[in-house]
Amino acid sequence: MPYIPLEEHLPGITGLLEYRRDTAAPIRELTQVLLRGPSSLTEGERELIATIVSHRNQCRFCTNAHTAAADILLGEDNTSAKVKQDIAIAPVSDKMKALLTIAAQVQESGKSVTADSIQKAKDAGATDIEIHDTVLIAALFCLYNRYVDGLSTVTPADPAFYTSLGERLKNHGYNRLPQGYDHLKKNKPQEK
Amino acid sequence: MAYIELPEGLPGIRGPMAFRPETAKPLNELAEVLLRDDNNTLSRGERELIATYVSYLNDCFFCQNAHGGIAQHYLECSMQFIDAVKKDFQSTPVSPKLKTLLSIAGSVQKGGKYVTTGQIEEAKKAGATDREIHDTVLIAAAFCMFNRYVDGLNTQAPADREFYVKRGKQRAEEGYLHFDLYK
Repeated sequence: MPYIPLEEHLPGITGLLEYRRDTAAPIRELTQVLLRGPSSLTEGERELIATIVSHRNQCRFCTNAHTAAADILLGEDNTSAKVKQDIAIAPVSDKMKALLTIAAQVQESGKSVTADSIQKAKDAGATDIEIHDTVLIAALFCLYNRYVDGLSTVTPADPAFYTSLGERLKNHGYNRLPQGYDHLKKNKPQEK
Repeated sequence: MAYIELPEGLPGIRGPMAFRPETAKPLNELAEVLLRDDNNTLSRGERELIATYVSYLNDCFFCQNAHGGIAQHYLECSMQFIDAVKKDFQSTPVSPKLKTLLSIAGSVQKGGKYVTTGQIEEAKKAGATDREIHDTVLIAAAFCMFNRYVDGLNTQAPADREFYVKRGKQRAEEGYLHFDLYK
């Protein structure tokens, strides 16, 4: 049960973003710029950064949601699974391995990011803006994961919920849906 | 030296904000609505104190002093008081309600799952509203982002703590939306 009254048909982050839409607006905009805005990193690669941070913060809702988004964008589910298991064995470029390593350090603390891991990313061809965005995406998911779990929001158990959420994130990104979320009322998620 | 090439001479978060204005805009809007908007039953000083405390727990020198300076301005208190809140808020004369909220913020800093039903009950018993609990969790979560952004890029910050007290007054007056990153 969430610690504050949230709309029952909106589990996880969505209920929070609807609870206070004035704080949600800049959070949505930041996420849209970082994960869907113009970038030399693909949308799939950026979703992998969101996924590894959420996974390491043990936030099940965010991990499932961004795994689903990454899988849909990449067209397969092996990469996200391997990234969560062990970055070293993931079928991604050396540059992505270096950026995912930086993201994992940010998850621990800003101070955990080492000059060595930054150098590895630069040696693998990462640009300053890619490093900047990796750090900020990882930091942003440290916000999201704490927001979602700190208020004890509901984590649906049904995998189909995350597939449809992943589709929504692919098709509409992170902006608030123009029509709102009332249409989701007919398929209430089951609590875990 | 910062890990990426940032505009020179800008302390703390202002370097990366000047580097990437597209992300700076929503970051500053979030700070404004959470910390400074007067449509809130928590005072600006109380909210800045929560930001300061979380930044202290994250050991982020720039953020804890920047927001400590702003809190000091709003609360018209000394730096010693801000430091006392950081080290042991239970023994300071902040309100019982704010103590329960600072306790929740401290749990959020460790991880969302550390917040307990007992802490939420204590806060409600002390008179905290749902909105105040929501804002406390989101301020704490937001500073787990801001602190990581500042330190994860290894930005530089002035060591003199008085620098932040002076800037605190300026930031309190100008707000987070319409200020010149270069001044």
